[in-house]
Amino acid sequence: MNALLEPARWLALDWVLVVAAAWLLIGTLGLFALTNLGWVAKVLFPAGGAVALLLAGVAGSAMFSAPETAVLPLGLPGLPFHFRLDPLAAFFLMVIGATSAGVSAFAAGYFRKGEGTPPGLLCLEYHIFLASMALVVLADDAYAFMVMWETMALSSFFLVIANHRIAEIRQAGYLYLLIAHIGAIGILLSFGVLQANTGDYTFANMRAQHLSPFWASAAFLLALLGFGAKSGIVPLHVWLPEAHPAAPSPVSALMSAVMLKTAVYGFLRVTFDLLPAQLWWWGVVLLALGLASAVFGIVFAAVQVDMKRLLAYSSIENIGLVFTGIGLAVLFAAYEMNPMAALALTAALYHVASHAFFKSLLFVGTGAVLHATGQRSLGKLGGLIRYMPWVAWLTLVGALASAGLPPLGGFVSEWLLLQSFLFTPGLPSSFLNMLIPVVAALIALVAALSGYTMVKFFGVIFLGQPRETNLVHAHRAGPWERAGMVWLALGCIALGLLPAQFIQLVDTVTRQLVAAGLGSTVRASGWLLVPVDIDRASYGPVVFLLGLAASFALAFALVRRLYHGRIRRAAPWDCGYPWQNARMQDTAEGFGQPIRQIFEPFFRMQRELPSPFDRAPVYRVVVGDHFWHWLYLPVAAAVERMSRWIGRLQQGRIAVYLLYSFVTLVAVLLVVTR
Amino acid sequence: MSILGSLSQLLEIVVALLLAPLLVGWVNQWRAWLQNKSAPGLLQPYRVLHKLFNKESVVAQHASPLFRAAPYIVFSAMLLASAIIPTLSTDLPLAPAADAIALVGLFALARVFISLAAMDVGTAFGTMGARREMLIGFLAEPALLMVLFSASLIPKSTSLATIVETLAHRELAIYPSLAFGGVAFTMISLAENARVPVDNPATHLELTMIHEALILEYSGRHLALLEWAASLKLFAYSCLGLALFLPWGIAEAHAPLELVLALPVLVLKLAVGGVLLALMETASAKMRIFRVPEFLGTAFLLAVIGVLVHILLGV
Repeated sequence: MNALLEPARWLALDWVLVVAAAWLLIGTLGLFALTNLGWVAKVLFPAGGAVALLLAGVAGSAMFSAPETAVLPLGLPGLPFHFRLDPLAAFFLMVIGATSAGVSAFAAGYFRKGEGTPPGLLCLEYHIFLASMALVVLADDAYAFMVMWETMALSSFFLVIANHRIAEIRQAGYLYLLIAHIGAIGILLSFGVLQANTGDYTFANMRAQHLSPFWASAAFLLALLGFGAKSGIVPLHVWLPEAHPAAPSPVSALMSAVMLKTAVYGFLRVTFDLLPAQLWWWGVVLLALGLASAVFGIVFAAVQVDMKRLLAYSSIENIGLVFTGIGLAVLFAAYEMNPMAALALTAALYHVASHAFFKSLLFVGTGAVLHATGQRSLGKLGGLIRYMPWVAWLTLVGALASAGLPPLGGFVSEWLLLQSFLFTPGLPSSFLNMLIPVVAALIALVAALSGYTMVKFFGVIFLGQPRETNLVHAHRAGPWERAGMVWLALGCIALGLLPAQFIQLVDTVTRQLVAAGLGSTVRASGWLLVPVDIDRASYGPVVFLLGLAASFALAFALVRRLYHGRIRRAAPWDCGYPWQNARMQDTAEGFGQPIRQIFEPFFRMQRELPSPFDRAPVYRVVVGDHFWHWLYLPVAAAVERMSRWIGRLQQGRIAVYLLYSFVTLVAVLLVVTR
Repeated sequence: MSILGSLSQLLEIVVALLLAPLLVGWVNQWRAWLQNKSAPGLLQPYRVLHKLFNKESVVAQHASPLFRAAPYIVFSAMLLASAIIPTLSTDLPLAPAADAIALVGLFALARVFISLAAMDVGTAFGTMGARREMLIGFLAEPALLMVLFSASLIPKSTSLATIVETLAHRELAIYPSLAFGGVAFTMISLAENARVPVDNPATHLELTMIHEALILEYSGRHLALLEWAASLKLFAYSCLGLALFLPWGIAEAHAPLELVLALPVLVLKLAVGGVLLALMETASAKMRIFRVPEFLGTAFLLAVIGVLVHILLGV
């Protein structure tokens, strides 16, 4: 009787599984009306978004509860799926849910007919993608993890090649699939090392193993390879600027904002949870790779001329910053300076959340622009703030957050990261202490360069005069698209204004991973963000914003009261030059020119400069990637050469194949009879 | 939040608003004298502001609301910056809201908005100015951050009030890290405030200008606000430099007498600093735009060396 009265006490974990099942169901429903856009767009995608909100809520409530586990008899016989919901998983589920709610709402207004894959099928792929990301985070054994990981890779591959009639998109998808699988091998091998020959692939067993430093390092490096390939760490980044822009914009948003984070999740899971202890040099490796990715990503982002590629490179930068934070946390954790490790880890997790919001906002913003104008190239846009003001102002929020400007979300994470560097002196190794200022300087440089890039991004697309005549007809975004963007922009603003509240959430994660947290110090100081001590550092974004707003309002009111508010509209002045036109504005190439000149060794540039006597002068500059030329092309050529040699075995004549069989038989007999 | 604290905060804001144009007038006067020209009066910047506020604003036909909001945003950001920096007192109620890193963020916010506004009308000079301003910005910003770090390593705090209190209480010893930082800070301030080796505040030759190109399309009250904001920026940078490298005379909490004395001390320091600035501007020539990365790269390296020296020597 009691069992009947109390059957409905559902755990948070059950709810998450229900969300995943609901996503799968919604996706399947899309199959029943493959080409019925109204059904898919106006019913299924909003439903998916609502389910995502539920996920965010459930995960948020699970942050403070004890870990929950479940075993589902799915998959192979004798190999059930283990699931576990702990604060680390809950944090990432919250990010997935909250971001994808906005993206799904946007997607409801985004997908159109006649763009390759029919909408119903896209709906299926999209929701499988969402469900697999949620389940990756939830998995508690290597088997379930790998199944979900591969589902995620495959569903996103099909989403990337949604517009499969274009050859470049198919190539981008192929490259993505290839590197995703190289990464998957790394992860698989890492799990193989972690289970230490016990044959038991549950994470619980891996936690119980005590690996020697050598094997622990092997597992760490393999995990770094696997998860680094998925998150676009240099030099495994080449797929990212190809695949992310190729996908439809909501999918680009999900891939950049959420899928990269599942790789960060997996990496944190292996490094801090499954491995028994951290070694200091892991932190140095992570710092080096993270900073290389951050600098590389932002320098390349600054010279891009395609708006989605620009954002993809900026994702490499942001992931680099996240890995830098993790690297610092590993360094501190190795020396058992746990409060400092918690600070660095909080910075990394904060950046995970804020990047998820602002990058998905920027990507869906480019989607709206793409639909309104049909242009992805920055050189053919301009002045759109006058034709699509909603999209422009909401994108501005994302751009400012991405530039790391106060009082928005991106600034808080950079602030925390720099704080954790400032408190570093005190590491037992003087070599490491010397490294710290250099690293801090590079982070500052990256932050400043991202400001440059975002001014270019926003200014060239939305400001100035339209560079093409047909841009005047750009239409405004629909209500669903606006709703999705508003939600994501609110996320950026909330993360910027309420850091203290958010850090109290993250506190449970850092307590789980490094046994320390900022929660208590932050809670004691109310609206101010005080990571360590009020005399050391504090930041109060609300007061900051109020100060700005108050002086804005006072200046506005006083100028009008003491003087006047008259305004006259006239032609632009421009030093009195009357024949100016939209072509005389800076192009995207022009805006990136200083970066190309200062960071010239970073690029592989091909320039075509016209001579003064050319009848039809052409100016062309192509910016290439050294890694592609010096690393990937030689490897590809070597693989091709090898397969040509092996191809010689295939003669196509039956006598030759019989000869092979005969030789093999003789060889085997020789071995056996000896 | 004490009454004295609120009072000194209010005083700081008023002093910043009033002194900033005066500082510009003072520098201009000295520069004219040093260059054997007859100088405008000390109060000329106020007259210019008054004239501009009285004029109507001419705005380009297709300018967006961003163009009209930007002057107010830039002005507010500079005002907030001057309110945060301990110019007269370290007992400031607003100071905990923003530390040294947030101050750099505040300058960056203003820079981004003024650059976006310059791109809004879509003229050749506007976008060129925006590009150059952001170029100088991304070179100067990390350098400024490193200078502030080298200062904040001494008290192990990024709170400007704590830094100034600690530095003011030391004996008159030279910190090697601050020596490097001081040189770097001077170079950064020249670049950030559009001063001579990098930009010329008096130029109207289109191809050489940076700051002037940014505000080319502005007129009337918008231009007045931007000019005032530029002078506030110069004031804020000067006060930041004084607070970091010559912090003596800045009042602390519960010391009303010091607060009364702080103002004349500040005016004296600024007067000397203004003459030095005019001297530097007169003695050096403007450099080509692509020499600027070398100039600011040097400042960046000096600032990093300052931080390194602090960590290696431990002082």
